Amino acid sequence: MSKLLTVSPSPHISTDLSLSKLMYGVIISLIPAFLVTVYMFGTGALIITAVSVASCVLAEMIIQRYIMKVPVRIGDGSAMVTGILLAFNLPSNIPWWMVVMGAVFAIGVGKMTYGGLGNNPFNPALVGRVFLLISFPVQMTSWPMPIESRFQYTDAITGATPLGFLKEALRNGEKVQDAMSQIPDHMQLFMGQMGGSLGEVSAVALLLGFAWMIYRKIITWHIPVVMIATVYVFTGILWLADPTTNATPLFHILTGGVMLGAIYMATDLVTSPMTKKGMMIFAAGIGIITVVIRKFGAYPEGVSFAILIMNAFVPLINKYIKPKRFGEEVKHG
Amino acid sequence: MLKTFQRGGIHPPENKLSAGKAIIPLPVPGTVAILLSQHMGAPAKLLVEKGADVKTGQLIAKGEGFLSGNIHASVSGKIARIDEVQDVSGYRRQAVYIEVAGDEWLEDIKLDSVLDREIKPEGPEIIQKITEAGIVGLGGATFPSHVKLTVPRGKKAECLVVNGVECEPYLTSDHALMLEKAEEILVGVQILKKALNVNIAHIGIENNKTDAIEVMQRLATSYEGIRVHALKVKYPQGGEKQLIKAITGREVPSGGLPVDVGVVAFNVGTVFAVYEAVQKNKPLVERVVTVTGKNVNNPSNFRVRIGTPVSLLIEAVGGMTENTGKIIMGGPMMGKAIGSAEIPVVKGTSGILLMPDTETARSSIQPCIRCAKCVSVCPLGLEPYLLMPLAEMGIHDRLEQEHVMDCIECGACSYTCPSDRPLLDYIRLGKSKVGKIIRSRKKQ
Repeated sequence: MSKLLTVSPSPHISTDLSLSKLMYGVIISLIPAFLVTVYMFGTGALIITAVSVASCVLAEMIIQRYIMKVPVRIGDGSAMVTGILLAFNLPSNIPWWMVVMGAVFAIGVGKMTYGGLGNNPFNPALVGRVFLLISFPVQMTSWPMPIESRFQYTDAITGATPLGFLKEALRNGEKVQDAMSQIPDHMQLFMGQMGGSLGEVSAVALLLGFAWMIYRKIITWHIPVVMIATVYVFTGILWLADPTTNATPLFHILTGGVMLGAIYMATDLVTSPMTKKGMMIFAAGIGIITVVIRKFGAYPEGVSFAILIMNAFVPLINKYIKPKRFGEEVKHG
Repeated sequence: MLKTFQRGGIHPPENKLSAGKAIIPLPVPGTVAILLSQHMGAPAKLLVEKGADVKTGQLIAKGEGFLSGNIHASVSGKIARIDEVQDVSGYRRQAVYIEVAGDEWLEDIKLDSVLDREIKPEGPEIIQKITEAGIVGLGGATFPSHVKLTVPRGKKAECLVVNGVECEPYLTSDHALMLEKAEEILVGVQILKKALNVNIAHIGIENNKTDAIEVMQRLATSYEGIRVHALKVKYPQGGEKQLIKAITGREVPSGGLPVDVGVVAFNVGTVFAVYEAVQKNKPLVERVVTVTGKNVNNPSNFRVRIGTPVSLLIEAVGGMTENTGKIIMGGPMMGKAIGSAEIPVVKGTSGILLMPDTETARSSIQPCIRCAKCVSVCPLGLEPYLLMPLAEMGIHDRLEQEHVMDCIECGACSYTCPSDRPLLDYIRLGKSKVGKIIRSRKKQ
């Protein structure tokens, strides 16, 4: 024989799915939400997304090359995904240097300190967002009005998010029904015409992305469906109990970060549980904590905190929630 | 809806290039090398000496261990030498080299192909004949058939499951056999039913072999107590536990045997060998082997004498092309890559697959992103992402708790991993260590 044969253990074939294909699949699924945010927030959306992605990728490259001294692997697309998702969690008028700080924190502290991709317990983009929320509470809670201020950046006209407006109204003793008349209707909320973070406003765009990711088998339905359903059921119970102080369940799932959180932030592969049952427990936990913060907390919105809190429980969930082993229960018949 | 097993499973590209090709008898080679271990257990004990003349079908080594099988001369001629030859795993094992002279079979073997429906021998006699014929599981596991037929005390066989699934990509040997020898297989099923004293047999065939399902279903109507099931295409449905689950809904318990749920399972190739042994008195000296690959000129199904070197099979399909990078004995999911084409065909060889060198290299290992795909494809409900680091770090007690010994090594996890992590490599390592620990514990 003229040449040597390869000898290796089975299996000898593998899927053409790869880590970078998964990541770029997520990026493709974010296109509809990105188009909506550019339509709603214009200049600010473009600047923040560009700065966030560039900072995340650069931060990862610098840390890998000069601090960790490992091969640079920014090409896998994971830093890009973090960059886009961080941008999607920020208001469109936040100064660019804050975005840089958030990105460096997200990648540096949220991801690389744990050893890089696959090792971080918390969703890096949310680590960056919460870092900014705590450091710059004023800038992080001023929300440009959609459409009307899309050619301005930091000088945009701001207003409250529907959730912020509602919390403020309830604090002033107003009834929900009265406050609701000044909030965009459900159709506008569904399409994304409201104040909020870049990526969270349009439920329809996020659901399109969700459908794409399901089709490409990047994620499974368990986390998003269970999380949204939990929020719906929990707020529904509150609404039924007292409709004067609680908004409708539909309002709750269409506003704030529920859609973005359920579809993109909670489903982060690295920081979510490994079994279907575990995923559902995780998602239900996020839903409950979100509603508790919205209803009883100081912040109008709690999805980010809820996800980070449940991220901390993932190792525990993985330890105790095991897949059903084959042949564990003997079935006969 | 088609039946299938529920947990896990994958659907790799089928690539059944040789589907529908007739079984061609490969000419008897000049020399054969017959390995003395072609079954799970200890090597068979040699009965012949160098220089002796043997006839085709003559017993040349006796299986004496619990999981051993008899070995017969697959050709007639003179024993040239008794020497070592590389086996499929690369170990050097003892083999009998026979220099072929003519093709003279033992007189009591019937060589006609007339269908013989009448089953004369009784149960124990059938098992005796199967033992003598050296029949082992031809699906690849090479578990001696007579051991399966001897139901342990306290257990009861309720039904027979016949495996015509052939879920491995590329392979078509069972498919070809079902098309050409359907009646013989059905008679074989009746023989096995008689031996096991059961009334019902289920034959499972995946739905990518509609012609075989049609033929088997049509012919099965004239036999009592045989049901043919079309199954949804899903790997590893040919795994014994998965097939039993798919057809009967019963789950073989962890660490248990099919007979624990009242089932005994055989591959269709084995069933055909049983037919030949019982009705034609013919020992297991040949089998159907698929020779295939994307660059193979003429992918084919051959009837091959045991001991024929793989190189002759490759020549028969037009030779090995320049860009062949890997030769696999078996299918691409569970087959073994061999280092040389001089390795002889054994009883467990279901196919020879030539892989082009563009497909042989593994991709570089990326970090685990905990996507949980390995967990969701594992047909046994294990967690490969966890087993791999446990095996890597040698934490054997945890490995055992996490059911590592349940792994059937189907490779669905490694196949699916987007980060190309060698999950199964490490799980195998862990299994072998944990297996040793369990055995030494039992000895104490």
